[in-house]
Amino acid sequence: MTAWLLRRIAQAVVTFAIAVVLMFVLMRLAPGDPLSRVQEERVMSPEEIAKVRAIFNLDQPIHEQFVAFVKGVLQADLGVSIEHGLPVTTLLASRIVPTLLLGGAAILLNFTVGLWLGVRQAVRRGSREDRVLTALSLTGYATPSFWLGLVLAWLVGIELGWLPVAGMQSPLLSPDAPWIVRALDVGAHLVLPALTLSIVTIAGTMRYQRSALLEVLRLPYIGTARAKGIPERAVVWRHAWRNALFPVITLFGLWLPLLVTGSVFVEMVFAWPGLGSLAANAASSRDYPLVMGAALLAAGLVVTASLLTDLAYALLDPRVRYS
Amino acid sequence: MLAAMGTVAAVGPMLLPDPLAQPCVLTCKNLAPSLAHLFGTDDLSRDILSRVASGGRISLAVAILSVALSVTLGASMGLVAGYWGGAVDAALMRLVDAALAIPRLFLLLLVLAVWEQVPIAVMILLIGATGWFGTGRLVRGEALRLREESYVRAAEALGASRRRIIFRHLLPNTAGPLLVAATLGVGDVILLEAGLSFLGLGVPLPTASWGGMIFDAKSVLVAAPWAGIFPGLAIITTVLSANLFGDALRDAVDPRGA
Repeated sequence: MTAWLLRRIAQAVVTFAIAVVLMFVLMRLAPGDPLSRVQEERVMSPEEIAKVRAIFNLDQPIHEQFVAFVKGVLQADLGVSIEHGLPVTTLLASRIVPTLLLGGAAILLNFTVGLWLGVRQAVRRGSREDRVLTALSLTGYATPSFWLGLVLAWLVGIELGWLPVAGMQSPLLSPDAPWIVRALDVGAHLVLPALTLSIVTIAGTMRYQRSALLEVLRLPYIGTARAKGIPERAVVWRHAWRNALFPVITLFGLWLPLLVTGSVFVEMVFAWPGLGSLAANAASSRDYPLVMGAALLAAGLVVTASLLTDLAYALLDPRVRYS
Repeated sequence: MLAAMGTVAAVGPMLLPDPLAQPCVLTCKNLAPSLAHLFGTDDLSRDILSRVASGGRISLAVAILSVALSVTLGASMGLVAGYWGGAVDAALMRLVDAALAIPRLFLLLLVLAVWEQVPIAVMILLIGATGWFGTGRLVRGEALRLREESYVRAAEALGASRRRIIFRHLLPNTAGPLLVAATLGVGDVILLEAGLSFLGLGVPLPTASWGGMIFDAKSVLVAAPWAGIFPGLAIITTVLSANLFGDALRDAVDPRGA
């Protein structure tokens, strides 16, 4: 097990390293001067421009820039954001908690409601409910998350006034308010973005779970269980469902990039202060150190998630460890 | 259903009035849907229906062309990796794994952050170039499987060149899953392109594009919700049709799936 784990971790590190190189190359290949935006704000003398270029290492040959970049990554120094004037790492760190909150809420919704509905679909295969659920979830998948967010924001937030639609906390809430009040406030702000994100991704979860369970229900041991007189409910949940969870774990690994991506749009619509909106705003304002930092973090999250997924597999299915 | 959608998208812009024309300059702002303007008008007095239709042309064009690029790249890389094997395969797969670790949107954000105004052709190239990794892996798997088949071995024994084997034997047999991946990819690209336009990073503004229309609609959301609703509905129906089509294709190609 340890040998497998070490090998797998080494693999993850290599993958991340190659990804880092890829991102650097990609950014440098794109035509355009990273500092072009800076000069839009105020006119700078040639000496000032030269100084700024020196700060960002742009006056050095490309391979030296790369070395400086890699050194920076290893030392967790990702440079300074052009737009905000703060170190990139500080900005990223401030966004991690909201990102985890949103992602976590979406995953929670996805993997509770989604799995349950998927199981229902499999059990009632071919029925009207099955078909309606499929249709609904497919429509949800085809919906652009930002559009759905806007529609929900308009309907629930503005027309009905039930839930807040911007940011993570109410700006009018006193900082001395008891933590439970603040927690509820964050929670209220979390509902719409999390709901939007889940609706758009739940189709996949339902589908996977449905087909996984259908496969398992065909197996002989299920027939045995039924013959033994075990009530159908227990057959499904206690015996079949466990084995139908595997593909769903894969799904978790696959879904994480999707959630990271999807959150960009949802966060923009709801002004949720997470990684996604940071990256999107950075890209619009051509704040390239920040975009790079965000992309690095995103890639890191994906690599870690896939590592954890494989670990989960290995723990649940002993056969994997010896491969 | 897809046929209906396709017909509308293809034929629509030719039938409807020029979307950039403004018959009533500045006086028809934000009109609710009516008989004169079926989808209403937007903030600059443009007819929304015609913008949706011409936006559809652009979205579909971008999607189809970039998916074509992705599939071509993915198929060639996958076939080479799978069939050649060895170091080439290992190197390519490492690259693919690393590229897949970076969410596609972030890859695009990286490039777009530095590249100022991106013409549509370049957008197609970028989206296409970032989409081949999954297909590449898929095709590689198929190639690995197929190269053990007896007819491939026979061709090898007869001295057929590698290129010939790839084109005559491997490629036709991977066509099925490729086509499915392509169709599903179209839906994804439409969503991606719309998203980028929504962020202001996609198709430059005066040109109609579904995502861009939604971006514009943000500011008038309360006063004129229809400006945003219709482009969104257009996206949903198109992507849905593409996905349904892909599913139908998949059932035809691979009868096993539930």
